[in-house]
Amino acid sequence: MSATEQTAPRRDYEWVEGWGMTVGSQARVLRPTTVDQVAQSFELAREAGVSLALRGSGCSYGDASTNADGWVLDLTRMNRILSFDAETGVADLEGGATIGQLWKRSLPHGWWPKVVSGTMFPTIAGAASMNIHGKNNYRVGTIGDCIRSIDVLAPNGELRTASRDANADLFHAAIGGFGMLGAITRVELETKRVHSGEVEVTGVSCHDLAEMMGRIDARTADCDYLVGWVDCFAGEDDLGRGLIHEARYLEPGEDPDAERTLRVAHQELPDRIMGLFPKSQVWRILRLLNHDAGMRLLNTVKQATGRLEGMRGPYRQSHAAFNFLLDFVPDWKWAYGRHDRHGLIQFQSFVPKEHALEVFQTILRRCQAAGFVSYLGVLKRHRPDPFWLTHSVDGWSLALDFKITPENREALLAHCAMLTKLVIEAGGKHYFAKDLSLRPGDAERFLPADRLDAFAVLKRELDPDNLLQTDLARRVFGDRLL
Amino acid sequence: MCFAGVEPIILRDPPTIMSAPIPPASVSPVPTPPRLRGVPADARRGIVIGASSGIGAALVRQLASEGYRVAALARRAEQLDELATACADDAARTGGRVITRPHDVLDTAEIPALFEELVRELGGLDLVIFAAGIMPTRGPEEYDTESDLAMIQVNLAGCIAWCNPVANYFRTQRRGTLVGISSVAGDRGRKANPVYGTTKAGMNHYLEALRNRLGESGVHVCTIKPGFIDTAMTKDLESTPFMISAEKAAASILSAARGRVNTRYVARIWFWVMTVIRCIPSFIFRKLNI
Repeated sequence: MSATEQTAPRRDYEWVEGWGMTVGSQARVLRPTTVDQVAQSFELAREAGVSLALRGSGCSYGDASTNADGWVLDLTRMNRILSFDAETGVADLEGGATIGQLWKRSLPHGWWPKVVSGTMFPTIAGAASMNIHGKNNYRVGTIGDCIRSIDVLAPNGELRTASRDANADLFHAAIGGFGMLGAITRVELETKRVHSGEVEVTGVSCHDLAEMMGRIDARTADCDYLVGWVDCFAGEDDLGRGLIHEARYLEPGEDPDAERTLRVAHQELPDRIMGLFPKSQVWRILRLLNHDAGMRLLNTVKQATGRLEGMRGPYRQSHAAFNFLLDFVPDWKWAYGRHDRHGLIQFQSFVPKEHALEVFQTILRRCQAAGFVSYLGVLKRHRPDPFWLTHSVDGWSLALDFKITPENREALLAHCAMLTKLVIEAGGKHYFAKDLSLRPGDAERFLPADRLDAFAVLKRELDPDNLLQTDLARRVFGDRLL
Repeated sequence: MCFAGVEPIILRDPPTIMSAPIPPASVSPVPTPPRLRGVPADARRGIVIGASSGIGAALVRQLASEGYRVAALARRAEQLDELATACADDAARTGGRVITRPHDVLDTAEIPALFEELVRELGGLDLVIFAAGIMPTRGPEEYDTESDLAMIQVNLAGCIAWCNPVANYFRTQRRGTLVGISSVAGDRGRKANPVYGTTKAGMNHYLEALRNRLGESGVHVCTIKPGFIDTAMTKDLESTPFMISAEKAAASILSAARGRVNTRYVARIWFWVMTVIRCIPSFIFRKLNI
């Protein structure tokens, strides 16, 4: 062991909150840079008699990486890309490396991550722990589906390598296991060969939700990515109207300037709008519109411009610009308010395809009736995966962003709980990376009981002292797991 | 002529945080306590580093009288205890509280744990004032490296060691006000005390950089440049132009912090004085005895 590895992990004391800014607490944050320091962190917490929440970049909207009752173990400084094979596209990363680091390393060699989230900032360990999906979930599955192996350092001191062949239980439990079994310190995953730094995007305007879902279903065989934006303010006549963005990778030879477009510089998002207005200040303008009337106006304008986009025909966009929409406007979440528990929550429900249209229409209607209209609605198609606590279904998800304030908090969470009931009764699921509204017992109703039991057994084996806890784990599972 | 940051003291070995007898509390409670701009009404939790005397003690008294839960830190425990006792009535009346911790800013290794302990005990943090500083006198032909480095350790390294964890905490909670008590002495390189001025100039630079770095996060950093403050340490000085009391200085500092002022001269006349002094050409300035 080197001298560096023997040093204690860096320690900070700070405010730790969910990405939506509405839950958080002050906490000691340990920031290890090596596996040994992660082990040390476990020991330090055990000696102090406090729990430890695993955290990556803190991109989960709710309380999945906060810990009001203990410390936080932040893996972001353990962020080396250990290797990248330009022949096979297989990357070996430390857990704290981000999706952004990965594509910046792989793309110049003609490889793009198979699965990315709407932002490039999540760590790969966080992405694996939440088993994130992208706009191509129906086609390639979740990030777990493109991971070959992971190293998991458990609180009991064991460092296990898990894959589909070795420690398969741990592999399928830790991916999507929301950081309850151990720290994912290394991830080996596959990327996809691409022949251009751009994708071909087509915008398709839809009059209502049924048309949108029908169109997406019809295009799944031909498109590499499909995502629908939904205007949640639209009334009964055009309920769920919106805009689909279809995208496909370019074939060899389609991009005559591939060498240039594959460069990282071509992907970088511009920091000014039309070369003039700094995007870092756009959130201040959005803040002025961050109320029902303003957002109704914005949604209407977007729907109108979406029609124009549909008439424009296919156009090309860089991978980064297409995939990382959430990074387009820096700090846009501040438009929801930056202080005093103002922020946003996202209610993302996953519903089997047989009931999805009916459930989502009902959700949109009930939101309008209750006065909680989502400012941003996103529709995606999904497929099942083999991970134990997965959120994915053979169906659809609708993600709804809601503004939350101290004044509406209680009523909004009660409203979400009502919607949750609707989703679960339809055989649907929820996603821990987004959740802030599940109540005790809800998860047990949508997760398979045998998988949850097996997960609890594995947790007791790897973490006998229940060292790993989060506010989400306590809120959703309580004694069932901890 | 001599410029004082917080107040001048003679450096004894080892270097000390400012200390002086504590005058009785004299700040009247305000009916509706003012608050920092853009923060909740209950955001009244502060730390004052270098609180046992002078401006630091006056700040603690004033904050306690406004209902703050305030942690007072200084090297000498007895003086802190006296300060806490002096503030007890005001604090009890306003719902404030003064907690004290003996602390030497030279002990930078202690700071992370102490900071965590204080924030936990205060139940959060909204305001931090770094008021610790030393100013050993210097003869015109004296060059004392050991003493100078000690001054850098207290005035500048101590400031950085405290402000860094505070900045990180405020950044993550997207609010908070950090105040650094610098000095007018940092505005020009005076012949009287080269290293004291250097530490204050360094502090000005550091605080400005923090202000620029944290501004977008909603955190404010305020640089205070006091002139002469009426404390025990300035009593023996022959010339003390524009001298004001520690209480007036504290009120001005808190007003600047609440108003999100970037740089405040205390008293304000020093702004004009230093504007003139900054404009004096170097070849003339070196001939002046200021």
